[in-house]
Amino acid sequence: MGCTKKALVALIGSIFVAGASSALAGPSAKAMADTCAGCHGTNGQSVGPASPNLAGMSAAYFVESMKGFKALPKDAGHAEDARPATIMNRIAKGYSDEQIEAMGEYFAGLGVYKASVPHDAAKAKTGAEIYDKGCAKCHDEGGALASDDAGILAGQWLPWLEYSMQDFQSGHREMPKKMKKQVEKLSDAEIEAVLHYFASQK
Amino acid sequence: MAHFTRRKFLQVAGGAVAVSSIGFPAIVGAASKKVVIVGGGVGGATTAKYIRMADPSIDVTLIEPNTEYFTCFLSNEVLSGHRQMESIRVTYDGLKGHGVNVVHDTVTDIDAAGKKVMTSGGKTFAYDRCVVAPGVSFKNNIEGYDEAAMKAMPHAWKAGEQTVLLRKQLEAMPDGGVVAIAAPPNPFRCPPGPYERACQIGMYLKAHKPKSKLMIFDAKEKFSKQGLFMQAFERHYAGVIEWVGADKGGTVTRVDAATNTIYTGDTAHKVAVANIIPAQQAGAIAAKAGLTDDKGWCPIDGRTFESTLQKGVHVVGDASIAGPLPKSGYAANSEGKTCAAAVVALLNGKEPGDPSLVNTCYSVVGPNDAISVAMVYDLKDGQLSKVDGSGGLTPKDSSPEMRAREVQYAYSWFENIKKDSWG
Repeated sequence: MGCTKKALVALIGSIFVAGASSALAGPSAKAMADTCAGCHGTNGQSVGPASPNLAGMSAAYFVESMKGFKALPKDAGHAEDARPATIMNRIAKGYSDEQIEAMGEYFAGLGVYKASVPHDAAKAKTGAEIYDKGCAKCHDEGGALASDDAGILAGQWLPWLEYSMQDFQSGHREMPKKMKKQVEKLSDAEIEAVLHYFASQK
Repeated sequence: MAHFTRRKFLQVAGGAVAVSSIGFPAIVGAASKKVVIVGGGVGGATTAKYIRMADPSIDVTLIEPNTEYFTCFLSNEVLSGHRQMESIRVTYDGLKGHGVNVVHDTVTDIDAAGKKVMTSGGKTFAYDRCVVAPGVSFKNNIEGYDEAAMKAMPHAWKAGEQTVLLRKQLEAMPDGGVVAIAAPPNPFRCPPGPYERACQIGMYLKAHKPKSKLMIFDAKEKFSKQGLFMQAFERHYAGVIEWVGADKGGTVTRVDAATNTIYTGDTAHKVAVANIIPAQQAGAIAAKAGLTDDKGWCPIDGRTFESTLQKGVHVVGDASIAGPLPKSGYAANSEGKTCAAAVVALLNGKEPGDPSLVNTCYSVVGPNDAISVAMVYDLKDGQLSKVDGSGGLTPKDSSPEMRAREVQYAYSWFENIKKDSWG
């Protein structure tokens, strides 16, 4: 996986550097990805306080997220898939699926970035135990493993983790079945603790 | 340009700037790839940083008079007292860390034919590509609004001393006084800015001067995010904020700073605090350098942001006519990256690729309440264009929960764009 990804990134990179050959092919992955930095940080490394880091998330997760944002909210045909958003649903509609895939590969090639997120250490400690039992299977390595395609939760900004969980719990964002089963077992305090655990990961 | 002249320049300039010029040794003897950037706001700073990140062999000099910069964005929160000046202050240390040679001087002229930039400090800087990011300057559209009047009736449309002055006036005004904002005609820096400002000052008045009122006298009949702002005025500031459009006689034509009076035609309004935002054009150096059209703004090629009037000179940020992109901080940041990529390609003998740009703009309109507009742009038939189906406003029926999230994302926008541009 890592090798393929690297090769792809190198390929995209070479298209960008070649310049002349990409002139007819639309904007390069880097040109598009750089426009995200004003909110998500240079090279997808957010300085917070809420916008998530994009650096290092798997291409599959990036693409799934962006296609979710692209689907029209409140559209009966898309209601199940649409990902709730404040502004990303408006921005994602500016890109073709191919462009989204190119951006996904670009961010996947940057390496995982974990921010230093203010958190409650005691909650994070409690959260670690809950994580081990209920979350680790799909969100491996403390939520830092890109290849599980479950996003990068480690070192993500706490408000974003909270908003995401609120959307899952309110039903605005569909939870994977396995996640639903685990989340339903947890109290609000336990969920909060897990989110602090992810935020605390360095 | 004669090779001799350039080398001679490098020798001369090298003595003066070697201490702060990390990139300098790599340049000597290499094929000349020298960029001079005029102006250290969002557009200039972003261009400098992204050129250096993409190709450290390019020698980048950024010339900016001030040693620190105060961002216009979120300066409205200083007016409400929700933010301190320190948080909107940035320095040029971050750019120096990227090997940008930062020179604090004022550019007096640009010789596009001779490829050199002159400063009031008496220096001459030769370049292979020049990027001009001068921001805006004010037009004399309001009678009596001269330099002296600006000290009594601040514009606060360039953040810094003017922001502090307006804040002090708001603090000093009596409860029951009227605050007036004179909103400028199009086009101008930060289209939603005057209306976010009204909300921020409205928040302060509600909390500290509850008998006071805020009038927006507008030179336009409509404005950015109007529907959402009108909702916000109603939601938070009913009886406090009133907007008077140009069609209702809102255009401010004259001021009398001595009596704090503003005039909309023949009608006089004596107010406690007057915030006068004049009509705007590109920063003064743009006209001096022959970069402006008859309306005072700089036409550019959408792929490279190279001036269509002066070869080898690029213009980014508020001063440029970037098709449908607004004169916003995020647009300037996005334009800077597009320009940087083009300059890097051109200096390496390559053809610049297709650009992709974004604007994202938040307005904090009340406690835990923000609204936004966004758009994606690309090049169609050689012109910068909106991407069909992209962008738009916060929905009018957006929930309080989502608008509260937009505040946190507005602050994320702020922190990240500061770092991305100057860090």
